[in-house]
Amino acid sequence: MGEKADVWQGTLALMVLKTLESMGSLHGYGIARRIEQTSGDVLSLNYGTLYPALLKLEQEGAIVSEWGVSENNRKAKFYKLTRVGRKQIERETDNWEQTTAILSRFLRGTEDPA
Amino acid sequence: MKRLRAALRRLVGMFSGGRREQEFNNEMEGHLQMHIDDKVRAGMTAEEARRDALRKLGGLEQTRQAYRERGTAPFFETLWQDLRFAARQLVKNPGFTITAVLMLSLGTAASVAIFAFVDAALLKPLPYEDPRTLVDVTESVAVFPHANLSYPDYLDWKKMNHSFRSLDVYTGAGYLLDTPSGVEPVPGLRVTDGFFHTLGVAPLLGRDFYSGEDLLSAPRTVILSYSAWQTRFGGRKDIVGQVVSLSGTPYTIVGVMPDSFEFAPRNNAEFWTTMHAGGSNSCDLRRSCHSLVGVARLKDGVSVAAALADTKAIAQQLERQYPDSNRGQGATVQTLTEAFVGDIRPILLLLLAGAGLLLLIACVNVASLLLVRSESRRREIVVRGALGASPLRLVRQFVTEGVLLVLGSTLLGLVCAVFASQALLRLIPKDMRLQMPYLRGLGLNFHAVCFALAIATLARAIFSLTPIVRLSFGEMREGLTEGSRGSAGVLWRKIGANLTVLELAIATVLLVGAGLLGKSFYRLLHVELNFQPDHLATLSVALPEKIYTKDEQIVAARRQLLNRIAALPGATSVATTSTLPVTYNGNTEWIRFVGREYNGEHNEVNERDVTANFFSTLKTKLIRGRFFNPDEDGTKPRVVIINQAFVKQYFSGQDPLGARIGDTTLSPKSIKEVVGVVDDLRESKLNEKTLPAVYYPADQSPDTEFNLVVRTTQDEKTLLPTLVSTIHQFDRGIGTSEESTMFRYINESETAYLHRSSAWLVGGFAALALLLGMIGLYGVIAYSVGQRTREIGVRMALGAQREMVQRMVLKEGGRLAALGIVVGLVCSLAATSLLRSMLFGVHSWDVGTLAGVALLLAAVALLASYVPARRAASINPVEALRAE
Repeated sequence: MGEKADVWQGTLALMVLKTLESMGSLHGYGIARRIEQTSGDVLSLNYGTLYPALLKLEQEGAIVSEWGVSENNRKAKFYKLTRVGRKQIERETDNWEQTTAILSRFLRGTEDPA
Repeated sequence: MKRLRAALRRLVGMFSGGRREQEFNNEMEGHLQMHIDDKVRAGMTAEEARRDALRKLGGLEQTRQAYRERGTAPFFETLWQDLRFAARQLVKNPGFTITAVLMLSLGTAASVAIFAFVDAALLKPLPYEDPRTLVDVTESVAVFPHANLSYPDYLDWKKMNHSFRSLDVYTGAGYLLDTPSGVEPVPGLRVTDGFFHTLGVAPLLGRDFYSGEDLLSAPRTVILSYSAWQTRFGGRKDIVGQVVSLSGTPYTIVGVMPDSFEFAPRNNAEFWTTMHAGGSNSCDLRRSCHSLVGVARLKDGVSVAAALADTKAIAQQLERQYPDSNRGQGATVQTLTEAFVGDIRPILLLLLAGAGLLLLIACVNVASLLLVRSESRRREIVVRGALGASPLRLVRQFVTEGVLLVLGSTLLGLVCAVFASQALLRLIPKDMRLQMPYLRGLGLNFHAVCFALAIATLARAIFSLTPIVRLSFGEMREGLTEGSRGSAGVLWRKIGANLTVLELAIATVLLVGAGLLGKSFYRLLHVELNFQPDHLATLSVALPEKIYTKDEQIVAARRQLLNRIAALPGATSVATTSTLPVTYNGNTEWIRFVGREYNGEHNEVNERDVTANFFSTLKTKLIRGRFFNPDEDGTKPRVVIINQAFVKQYFSGQDPLGARIGDTTLSPKSIKEVVGVVDDLRESKLNEKTLPAVYYPADQSPDTEFNLVVRTTQDEKTLLPTLVSTIHQFDRGIGTSEESTMFRYINESETAYLHRSSAWLVGGFAALALLLGMIGLYGVIAYSVGQRTREIGVRMALGAQREMVQRMVLKEGGRLAALGIVVGLVCSLAATSLLRSMLFGVHSWDVGTLAGVALLLAAVALLASYVPARRAASINPVEALRAE
């Protein structure tokens, strides 16, 4: 269970960071919605898991937060990428691409003999 | 890096939980509202929208929980909670907490304070370069295992040995120094040229002695001790090269030793001069005159044992070569550390053992208190367990409580230890402290703190384990059912009772030890002196050798001086001796009997030069013959008085009067006639054996240094200043020192001090142990009475008499006490056999002491059980039954 969660969390963190990179500053609900939209509503995200992930990123210094007001006038906490966060995106993107490349090679390899 | 940062922020998060929670609630609020707004805009009803929002969130409470766990460090968070809970628990029971902390810190303080001494004296290396290869080298004879070296022997040992990289010798020397307040005798040391080099210490200022600078032909040079440089020469930097006059002879100052330099056997030396053997000191060049102590550095890879064998072989060779002087002269080689601290080691280890036992009792006592507490908290624990607390979590709670308790006690104990060790240090007489330079830096150093931590760890382990052992988890569920308390009580009584037996046994061992030491101290102070030590003032006198050069001058000066002192108000009698009584066995001489066969063996006897009324001043009994006559000087036939020990050893069954003795060659000048026999006047230290002694008339072998003994009718201490001023009125060039009294020599001698301090300290430990043991026994009995209230109620309801109940409880206490005392007595027999070397005039199995301790403990145990027994007997059966 721990391993799966790690992979998922790592992926979620990357998605959050990437979202913040393209959107600038955004609140938790906005991030969740944006991730769902980007996935073409294929990914069904449990919004609750997002908040510990945000806290972790903040503790690691990848993002910072500040209170503000949302487009529809609600008080909300806005998250913003930091330099540490940008570096993390680069690193994790590389990792992810490498992982998917390896995995797709495996997937192709099992298909070939057929 | 990233992880570290996150971990730190989580740790910090522990302390801002409330604020974070509030913020999170606000954030969730915003999140839900935005979600609902969106959905309402998309056409849902407010109610539907809210449900959808909560569903997408996966439950508000779960989210909050996940967030909270991420926000803090759960392990530390629980620890923090446990600590706060433990602190609350301890504060809630101030009686328990204060008792436990006091007992523990008492034990910790005692053992850490004693350990500080052990560390300073036994563990810290001597402050010399590579002290492990430094050895103390002396000769040995039958009566003295460590006898001094003679200078010619030293030269031969130095030349012939294969074990020492270097061998040097030192000997005490006294000099008369002209100071602004008059002439003062100052202590010094004569050493061979390589002495400091062998120790591996260098002067702070100036230089070490050159090689060959100790020869008679070399100019006289001196190295100052740091304190002499500071107090006598004002710490002047230009002191090197200056000349100082010691006993009228000019010495060039070539160096100053650093402040840190110390030399335990003669730490009061202010002037370090070179040997110059063959000068004024007639002893130096005689092979039979032993006055030196050797210090050597072993060659690489040579063991002490090998060096000893080597030196012994040389001694044997010298015995063959010089049978007259060297017969019976062996060799001793021991580490320098052993030579410096060997005497004090058994006492320190004894005290450490005593303190350790006290600590053990304190631990046992606190452990049984914890047991009682865990018993009374049984319900709380069972309820917490039933509510879902895991066994591990419960154990952690106990461990945390133990840690908190031990932590507090250790801190308090350390603080007390600092004060205790300083107080102990101040109790050591100044003269003795000089011989123990290693105690200078005594205090809470790294070692002592580590030792305290080790104690704390041990105590923590005991306390954490006690309740855990008690909490057999299988039983936990039963705890909720009715009536399980009876069986639990039995189990507890078993453990608690065993702890009490252990406690009483330890108290017995300590009491027996203290009893033996106390008795031995009493015997020491009441050892047969064969003179009356009261009202005797003593003073050491040194006539300037440059002025009083001839024997007649010394004799005349001494007579005039004694007459003046005898005329002082309050002085009833005055005499001198070369060595004061009760100071030491030593200053010996080899004698030989005229008309008896002589095979060269050494008849070693204490030799003292005394004036005519010495024995009458001391009130020592004359057994046979006569005392010396006041006019017996060099012009009269040579005479000698001997003691009873001498008669016993050399004249068994014969009349010693009229017998003639002389030196080993029977040189005509040395022949003396025995004219009297005196009682065994105690010349040796209190705990040493009385050796045969010969007394010569001081006027037949005059010396410029002697000790005054004055008997007074008034307080002897008040006479001392008058004595000094009278002497200085007579001649201001005469040096006086060591103003003292005979009582001081007896009561404050090193032997008496060591015996007294060990007796007091171990006695103190024993008293505390007795008190703690009593509390422990009382606790066990009182608790067991409390547990058995119902049972006792039933018994009484069924017709048991109050006396019977009382007897039953007393019997329980008596059984534990008897067991503890018996076990303790058996252990004491083993433990005190280790004490044997420190006992004087008492056997380690002294029946009186053992019986006394057993009686005392029995009385204390009776007292400790009597109170709960009374309470048990006064139980009202009706109430007892109803209460359950």
